[in-house]
Amino acid sequence: MKMHTHAAIVAALLLSACASAPGRVDDPLEPMNRAMYAINKPIDDHVMRPIAQAYLDYVPALIRQGISNEFGNIDDFFSGINGLLQNKPEKAGDDFGRVLVNFWGLFGLVDIASDLGIPKGNEDFGQTFGYWGIPQGPYLFVPLWGPTTVRDGTGSLIRIWYGPVGYLPYVPLRNIIYGIGAVDLRANALGATSMIDEAALDPYTFVRRAYLQRREYMVYDGNPPPEKDD
Amino acid sequence: MNFPSFRFATALILAAVALPAFAQEAPDALVKRTSGEVLQVVRTDPKVAAGDKQRIREVIETMLLPNFDFDKMTALAMGRNWNKATPEQQKSLVEQFRTLLVRTYSGALSQYKDQSIDFKPMRADPAATEVVVRSEVVRPGQAAVQIDYGMTKTAAGWKAYDVIVGGVSLVTNYRDEFNEQIKSGGVDGLIKTLSDKNKGVSGKS
Repeated sequence: MKMHTHAAIVAALLLSACASAPGRVDDPLEPMNRAMYAINKPIDDHVMRPIAQAYLDYVPALIRQGISNEFGNIDDFFSGINGLLQNKPEKAGDDFGRVLVNFWGLFGLVDIASDLGIPKGNEDFGQTFGYWGIPQGPYLFVPLWGPTTVRDGTGSLIRIWYGPVGYLPYVPLRNIIYGIGAVDLRANALGATSMIDEAALDPYTFVRRAYLQRREYMVYDGNPPPEKDD
Repeated sequence: MNFPSFRFATALILAAVALPAFAQEAPDALVKRTSGEVLQVVRTDPKVAAGDKQRIREVIETMLLPNFDFDKMTALAMGRNWNKATPEQQKSLVEQFRTLLVRTYSGALSQYKDQSIDFKPMRADPAATEVVVRSEVVRPGQAAVQIDYGMTKTAAGWKAYDVIVGGVSLVTNYRDEFNEQIKSGGVDGLIKTLSDKNKGVSGKS
């Protein structure tokens, strides 16, 4: 349910993004994004955050780790594909190797590959598009999803569309897995989001700049060209 | 000249040459030593572990802050707006920005208990006055996070002026925030927003 709602919202936003209005170069849709941010805030504060916190407080670390690792296998697989799409065979080899090695770690619950020092590629479709020279396009803030852009959001849609969970024939199970995935993601981001509350003068701007910087850094595998001062 | 006094003279010369080297601790050595010392306190000090805010602030004030160049940090975050601010405004901006960062770090410090830090070899021109020290924070069961420090050489040794976490530069991030505040309320508006935030008055959110 969750991811499909995401998908629908992202799709709607992508369409509206095509009719772009003037404004900031990287955030021409700022008024709409701010409205989305305002809608998301109470939902996050009163629903997502408490659930994620309860998950951290009551689910044993070992189980949470296993769940993160299990989703990590899917990420590694797609990272491998994107490594190939970016002509980085070594990275792709590591990622596919991780999937194979971790299969022996209780079918992916234990991340043996990291213990063996096989690095995670952390590539995704958005980065591949960036590598191909496609610009970010307008920034988007999507409720229940968070910051993205037209380019990265398109990448996420492709990823969800082809993700293995979508192929599960039994819909309730599929939805439970999507739900757990969402809680896992939110729980892993709790530290960062509480830091933003402390640090930001305007959390909307803070999140936007942090997201765009982070993605730029990832597209360039940690060596982005220097930012121009203004 | 007899042998022992020759040795003594040599030692003196060596000491004279070595002393400035001690005073100017290399930037990577400085970051490594400081973060090691802070981690040690975070791990062993029972007051820090219990979340004693005053003690945490004390640790940050005495161990971390002396290694930061807040003037440069604030000027960079202000960008072209820095020169539009009067010296008094600049002074209060530095003061408020510093307080904000201490607050932010205080909240986050106890999260660093279980982490270890790897430092990467630094390739820098010995004559450089600005370098980046690269480190990687490893937390059990989580993806490693790159933390880089932009360092500048001052008369009082190397000081950090930017912290870049996973590619997100603190200075760049605040430049957008400062710009926005200045656009809507001028430099005084920014100072007010910062001081409200520091007093715990919830601002725009």
